[in-house]
Amino acid sequence: MFDVSIANTLQFDPVSCNGCGMCLAVCPHGVFARNGRTVQLVRPEACMECGACQVNCSEGAIRVESGVGCAAAMFRAALLRQSTPSCG
Amino acid sequence: MTLNLEGNSPSQQPAVRTTSSRLTAADHRDHWLARWGVNRGGHRIEPGLYALGRPDPAAPVLVTANYTLSFDALRSALTERDAYILVLDTQGVNVWCAAGEGTFGTDELVHRVEAVGLRDIVNHRTLILPQLGAPGVAAHEVKQRTGFRVEYGPVRAADLPEYLKTHHATPEMRRVRFDLTDRLVVIPVDIVGGLLPLAIAMAVAYLLGGWLSLIAAATAILAGIVLFPILLPWIPTHDFSTKGFIVGFLVALPFALLVFQHNADLTWWLRTAKALTQLLIWPAVTAFVALNFTGSTTFTSRTGVRREIFTYAPIMAGMFGAGLVLTLAGAVIKLWGGA
Repeated sequence: MFDVSIANTLQFDPVSCNGCGMCLAVCPHGVFARNGRTVQLVRPEACMECGACQVNCSEGAIRVESGVGCAAAMFRAALLRQSTPSCG
Repeated sequence: MTLNLEGNSPSQQPAVRTTSSRLTAADHRDHWLARWGVNRGGHRIEPGLYALGRPDPAAPVLVTANYTLSFDALRSALTERDAYILVLDTQGVNVWCAAGEGTFGTDELVHRVEAVGLRDIVNHRTLILPQLGAPGVAAHEVKQRTGFRVEYGPVRAADLPEYLKTHHATPEMRRVRFDLTDRLVVIPVDIVGGLLPLAIAMAVAYLLGGWLSLIAAATAILAGIVLFPILLPWIPTHDFSTKGFIVGFLVALPFALLVFQHNADLTWWLRTAKALTQLLIWPAVTAFVALNFTGSTTFTSRTGVRREIFTYAPIMAGMFGAGLVLTLAGAVIKLWGGA
């Protein structure tokens, strides 16, 4: 009941991973860690869906529906009937 | 030495502006105004290439946004250093937010590298970007389109001197934080943004419930805007809404007790109902303000916030509505001279 907000859409496919480590560099919440030749998810619950890892993964091994985690933007988008919430 | 970069033919050498790592009193004043939301979006510098110190062709190229707070954080971290600073046009928005919106992005970076003729200015092919620019920039695509390799530096410009020694960022440098200082600096802009709703809420509260309600309304909203961000990590529960309910309940409690005490002439159930309205309306208001703080933080996900809205917005609306109905019912009963 008190942690409905711990949720995200991050998906990682270790088979496609080439181990370049770009996701390790760009993730601001330490979600990934090296695991031998590839990487693995170590803190998936900390993902804030910024999308940096997906954008910088040349192998397409990471999928995440990125967007702003901002209630004010979502309320504004609903009121003004915008399709994507933004910072105004 | 400023020249308009637009319309330069490729053969012309575009202007390289100069800058320094020293911040002036005017810079500090500008930062203060930006933090208070004065002239939002107007805290810009010209996009383009800047020379810091006396950079030679081997000097590092650091990329940033054309928001004064971003540009100034970068240059002031580079004291006694020679470097090029490439400023992207993010329309006066900071690196992270602009990256999220795509203006600090692959296309703008590629365009800016071409526009300033960077290939002819430096003899290396490396661009150092702030880590938080990564949501907008596909490093492999920049390499493909310009030949420049994107290197993501630390999150905070203050870590750059250390980073530039080894070009390796420690896990600590790679993490965003949300310390008390970080939380304090975002409060002023929310105070300014909250002034109009605050004034309206206070006026309505005064009309419905007099001075006590006016003060309660101001307390509930300011608790959400000021107290909530300060206490954030120490309030139990994970969700912002439940944290907001807790803070809201605590600050509304004295008002409930006051209302109960001040209506000694009423029957016990009317007194209790009047006091209860304070605990229904104001915690809902504080929780709503708290939920709206999610966008100011460095860690909430869109999916999580959406789930919070669907879970708690109906509860907030229900509590607020029930409190309002109870208030109006009490007024009607009083008007009829009952109880």
